[in-house]
Amino acid sequence: MPRSINKILLLGFVLGITAFYNNGYAQTVPSAELISRSREYDGKTVVYQGEVIGDKMARGKFAWINVHDGQNALGVWVPGEMALDVRMTGDYKNRGDIVRISGIFNRSCQEHGGDLDIHAQAINKVSDGVKIKEKVSAAKARLVLVLAGISGLIWILIRLKKR
Amino acid sequence: MIPRPNIEDVKAIGYYLGKIILSLAATMVIPFLLGIFLREPSPAMDFMVGIEVSLILGLILTKVCFTEKDLNWMQGMIVVSLSWVAAMVLAAIPLYLSGHWASFLDACFDTMSGLATTGLTLVRDMDHLSYSHNLWRHLIMFFGGQGIVIVAVSLFVKGFSGAFRMYVGEARDEKILPNVIHGSRFIWLVSIVFLVLGTIALGVTGIFNGMKPFNAFFHGACIFMAAFDTGGFAPQSQSILYYHSLAYEVITIVIMIMGAINFKLHYHVWNGNFKEMARNIESRALFVSLIITFLITAVGLHQTGIYPKALVLFRKGFYQLISGHTGTGFQTIYAQQFLCDWNNLAMVGVICAMALGGAACSTTGAIKMIRVGIIYKALRQDLKRIILPDRTVIVQKFHHIREMFLDDKMVRAALMITLGYLVLYAAGAIIGMFCGYPFLESLFESTSAAANVGLSCGITQVSMPAVLKVTYIIQMWAGRLEFMSVLTLAGFIVAAVKGK
Repeated sequence: MPRSINKILLLGFVLGITAFYNNGYAQTVPSAELISRSREYDGKTVVYQGEVIGDKMARGKFAWINVHDGQNALGVWVPGEMALDVRMTGDYKNRGDIVRISGIFNRSCQEHGGDLDIHAQAINKVSDGVKIKEKVSAAKARLVLVLAGISGLIWILIRLKKR
Repeated sequence: MIPRPNIEDVKAIGYYLGKIILSLAATMVIPFLLGIFLREPSPAMDFMVGIEVSLILGLILTKVCFTEKDLNWMQGMIVVSLSWVAAMVLAAIPLYLSGHWASFLDACFDTMSGLATTGLTLVRDMDHLSYSHNLWRHLIMFFGGQGIVIVAVSLFVKGFSGAFRMYVGEARDEKILPNVIHGSRFIWLVSIVFLVLGTIALGVTGIFNGMKPFNAFFHGACIFMAAFDTGGFAPQSQSILYYHSLAYEVITIVIMIMGAINFKLHYHVWNGNFKEMARNIESRALFVSLIITFLITAVGLHQTGIYPKALVLFRKGFYQLISGHTGTGFQTIYAQQFLCDWNNLAMVGVICAMALGGAACSTTGAIKMIRVGIIYKALRQDLKRIILPDRTVIVQKFHHIREMFLDDKMVRAALMITLGYLVLYAAGAIIGMFCGYPFLESLFESTSAAANVGLSCGITQVSMPAVLKVTYIIQMWAGRLEFMSVLTLAGFIVAAVKGK
């Protein structure tokens, strides 16, 4: 085999590995598909992406995080050191970190009481979480004031009539 | 000839309905204050709007319809059924204003689901819902579980015999204590003592599970309210699967069972009469029914092979089953898994459990164990009549707080209500099939709605047809009130139109 072809193959391999670690090549699988076609994905390595929501729950050397992809939230079992990368989790006031997880999908995890879960092998943070700025609607504020006026007026009328 | 309702009927109904609406306004102050405390201004305003609208309506009704007359049976029943509709609409205002519900109908669906302690939900992006809205979802479940009228009777009504008529209208035909107001207060005492204990147990477990302390106790309180009132809402979209915790599952099972027990039985156990637990017809029926329905579910799950280990099969199978049997609706599997990973037999086991329900005078819905027990005893009595000589006098007894003789009136009442529920389950399933869903899924979701359970196999979604949403709302309402007050309302409307 000519040397130039060997070089091209080597370059392709290196690029492939790089892409693998950046997860650039792997297609993420939506939660709905993982749940509905769980038999096919059971025990296989999958890539799943979504927002970390709720609590990051440390359990010994591991932790549970729940990752929501817009359809469902799936439980992800992660080694403790990987969980450290997750800084912000989603709730009313925060949009959580968006993470891309590569791990083994379990249709019914025997280690975790039959839960449908993913055991993470790698986590990449796609974007940092952000604080959500709460907007107070002016129309809502006006409605509160108008209704307060009406209820106050009714109450006064009732009091006056009682006298 | 049907007599047309007179002005006195309308005034009495309007006056007491107004009082109940005012009590609803008072309950909205709790999430409003939480919103202020946690600096959630927009949610706090949503509750302010809800309080104001309820105040306006309540004040107008109590003023315009003022009466000193007590309620008669018909009026009491109508007040109850209308209170539930009014509470559904008014409690939906803050939810709808949050923007997490696609339409006002969806918000009404969730409030009826909460009030009727069902647990089916149409909320969008639940994991970003404010604490105050989340608290409200669970509070309405707590108040609905005790009974909206119980809330009003305990807090706002000084004492009138009409209280008992409304109490019966809320499907509580057994008095815990001779005075219905004392009985209502006992229900509150039990509920609040258990609320404190349950919240502490779940909160501490949450902390050990790695949750932040505030979240652990907030979730603990919400989950307790949903479990004890056999409701089934949860603060996160994954229901109990969110916690990934065996301890959490065990504690919620205990709370769900406590919620499914007759308050009258609670009263006896509370006073040290533990033997009553073992002798009572309802406890026995529940025990037998749990074993039979679990066997059906377990065989079904074994056939699928999804849970190869017996312990895992028990953990998953029993949790969904007890959640269905007690009418709670907590899930540790995803809704779609019922269809993808469970087979028809396992689903039928859960459907049977949901259809039967827990004890009478508890917060569960469905046919209920006392009726199952009575029908079984009646069947046994009839079999004896056939087998034994004609001259034999057959007396059938059963134990429910005291020894009771089975009579035809009891059997008739039990069979009528059972028939009513079966028709309700079937009607919802047929409408589901009209909307294009397969038979078993339609029956599962319909039974879940009508029996006030809340387990879902995936039909209940924002995108489901509006006609099905309305069907489930009616099923939840009629199922929770056990038909009588709903039928009385229908009769009242007919009388108003056709009466002379």
